[in-house]
Parts: sequence; C-alpha cells; structure tokens
Amino acid sequence: MNQLLENTLTIDGQVVPFSAGQTIMDAALAAGIYIPHLCHKPELKPHGSCKLCTVDVDGRSMSACTFPASQGMQVANNTPALTEVRKTLVQMLFVEGNHLCPTCDKTGDCTLQALGYHLGMLDGHFPPFYPRREVDASHPDLILDRDRCIMCGLCVRASQQIDGKNVFALSGRGAQNHVIVNSPSGKLGDSDLNKDDLAAHICPVGAILPKNHGHEVPIGRRTFDLHTVAESDIATFNLHKTEHHDD
Amino acid sequence: MMTNKVRVATTSLAGCFGCHMSFLDMDERLVGLLEHVEFDRSPLTDIKHCQPCDIGLVEGGLCNAENVHVLREFRNNCKILIAVGACAINGGVPAMRNHYEVQECLQEAYLNGVGVDNPMIPSDPELPLLLSKVHPLHEVVRVDYYLPGCPPSGDAFYAILSDLLAGREPSLSKTMLHYD
Ligand code: SF4
Ligand code: SF4
Ligand code: FES
Repeated sequence: MNQLLENTLTIDGQVVPFSAGQTIMDAALAAGIYIPHLCHKPELKPHGSCKLCTVDVDGRSMSACTFPASQGMQVANNTPALTEVRKTLVQMLFVEGNHLCPTCDKTGDCTLQALGYHLGMLDGHFPPFYPRREVDASHPDLILDRDRCIMCGLCVRASQQIDGKNVFALSGRGAQNHVIVNSPSGKLGDSDLNKDDLAAHICPVGAILPKNHGHEVPIGRRTFDLHTVAESDIATFNLHKTEHHDD
Repeated sequence: MMTNKVRVATTSLAGCFGCHMSFLDMDERLVGLLEHVEFDRSPLTDIKHCQPCDIGLVEGGLCNAENVHVLREFRNNCKILIAVGACAINGGVPAMRNHYEVQECLQEAYLNGVGVDNPMIPSDPELPLLLSKVHPLHEVVRVDYYLPGCPPSGDAFYAILSDLLAGREPSLSKTMLHYD
C-alpha cells in the first residue's frame, strides 16, 4: 500500500487524508470539514480546554484539536448526539459568565454566540451565575472585560507564541479560574500589550475589545449575521457577501 | 362567552416593551391572526388578570416581587408559556445591575446620581420590593418555549405562533435566531 492510502481516516464516513503529526482537527480543516471549536486556532498550539471539538473516535469521546490522526480511524462529528453535548457546553459557558449579548460590542462577531446559533441554542437552560468579575479599562486602546471571558487561553498563547511577549496567564482553579495580566500593577495599561499584537485581536468573545471602535459596523451586518461559524472558520467565504447565509 | 379562538395572554415584566412593539411588527398579518386568536390579559387589551389561556407570552425577566407574582399567574393559567426576548431568557439589560447590591443601585439612582433633584429613595408601600438580583423566568417557573432576540423580529413571532396554531412543534429558522 502506498503512503497516501495509509494516511487516511474517515469523518462521518468521508475519507480524509492526513500527514504525520496532524491532529483530527488539522486534517478536518484541511479537508474543509467543520468541527465546532472555540479554544483552537490553527496557528497556535492546541489547548484542549473548551471541549466543543469533542468527536467520537471509534466509540470514544476525544478532543479533535489535540488527538493525533491515525490510519483507519473512524470519526463521528456531525451527529445529533454530539450537537446536544456541544450545545450543553455552550449553555454552560453562557451561564458561567455574564453574556448579555444586546449590551456587548462583540455581538455579531462573537464565536461563542455564533456557536449558539450553529447548535440551535435558544436558552441558557441552567440558572445563571451572574459572577462579579473585574473590568480593566486601564489600557489606552483596549478593554479587558472578564465578565465575558471563557478561559480559552487564546490570548495567553498568542502573546507567548506569536507576539513574543507574555502578557496574559490563566490563574485559579474551577470557578475561580480567571485571566491575569503580567504587569507590576496587574493592570493592562501597565503591560507591554500593543493594540497591533495578535493577543489584542484573538479573543473569540467580547472579553478583549478595542476602544474607540464601537458600532463601526451596525448590528445585523456583522460577521456572523452574514456567515455561519462553519463558513468563517474554514475561511472559504467571500468577505463581501451581504446576504444572510439562510436567505 | 366561549369561542373556538385560541386565547393568548401577554405581559411585560422587567423588560422595555420592545418585544411587544416587535409583536406589533407582524403588521397586517395581525389581522389574519385575529381570526384565530383572541387576547386575554395583555397591555393590548388592558385586561388586568388572566383567565385560563392557551398561550402566554412573557417579555422581561424578574426584578421585583410583583414580576414573580404575575409570572406565577401566567404559569397557572397558560397551557403553553413562552419566554420572549433576551431579558426573559437570561435577565438581559436589567441584569446588568446584578453586578451591584440593590442598595448601591438605589443610592446611585435616587441619591448620588447626576442631576438628582430632591434626593430620596422611594419607599411607598405600594411599590413592589426589588429582588436582590434580576432573574430569568426559567429559574422560577417551567417555560415551554423560548423566543430569543432583543427583540425577536415580527417574523419570529409570526413563525412561533403559526407553528403553535397549526399544532406543530415550533422551530425557529437560523435566519431568525439571534441573541441581539
Ligand atoms: S461575548 Fe459573545 S456571547 Fe458573550 S455577550 Fe458578547 S456577544 Fe454575547
Ligand atoms: S480574554 Fe478572551 S482570549 Fe483570553 S482567555 Fe478570555 S476569552 Fe480567551
Ligand atoms: S477546540 Fe478542542 S478543546 Fe477547544
């Protein structure tokens, strides 16, 4: 058997090639197959924390973003049961923070919200926690609103792995888990975060937001008002599309 | 007076009436709807208390004791209860006060706020007592269906009511699903 045939797995029955060292997520994204994910970006090392990418691998639940692809593996991704599990995860993320979308400038551009749409989430199901978390508005160009942080660690990894800085870290366990800032005062304004850093842009939710750019794009014309999360994450859509994906 | 029409009650609790305005955005479709539906307790009829109803639409979350009372009246009288809009579903904008103590909110609004004349916290016994936090409906009663949006569009109202009137399980298309 040649090398190409050896390096294939199936996702929902579709044969997908992969190369050595790739995860299931890498192989899926390369093949244009969308596996829901929140804490994963291809240019950063996987974190495996949100579990949105949970797939069924030969009968066991695995995180697609961390699990290595291997020959002959049978992966189930788009199943009603996995959609239910993923929806429950998104509901838990909503109630654990303060996600009042009408008050949030990330609305329409938010991956958590878009996943709620994708998975058909209508309500939070669980009683909301309404936590009281610290807002840090000390930076001239950016705001850190921990109310909406989902502890995905993308800002932490972007700062370390791409920006060559070390601005953010996750601290505390369980319900105490929160983002901390590496600066003498613990404030963002005292850190060396710059508005052009990847860490300043990568937040999938409205926890790190630019100042002075609110409502530049009207609600209803934002990314996920026009595209599904699946379209945008496999980056195949035409950015100038103005019709809603279901129109 | 008995008719075969489906009885619908509506109310706004800790909301802004935006969902009710959006309900009216069904425009001329309301005329067709009224052939099948008649309104019970609602700001549209000014009927003050619920009779047994088929469908209850509740806008807004729970911020005071009266909201809880009205919600229970709706649950006791409506076969199907629908939580309408962001506030009914997760507290929405009023839940922004959950970051503060009630006392701090009252002091800011009635004593220390910008432009306050004659500072005094209202204490008339007729005023319903504020809850310590704003809560969504499903924390207090069972909710049958959710209609998200701030507000849900007139089309979304029409879709859920059409489904229910036709005896179908409501299903909101992705175009109409939004939380803002
Ligand atoms: S971060 Fe996303 S989900 Fe949370 S309030 Fe903002 S738009 Fe909504
Ligand atoms: S601030 Fe944003 S990027 Fe950083 S951990 Fe929180 S949600 Fe993730
Ligand atoms: S994307 Fe895999 S665990 Fe978050």
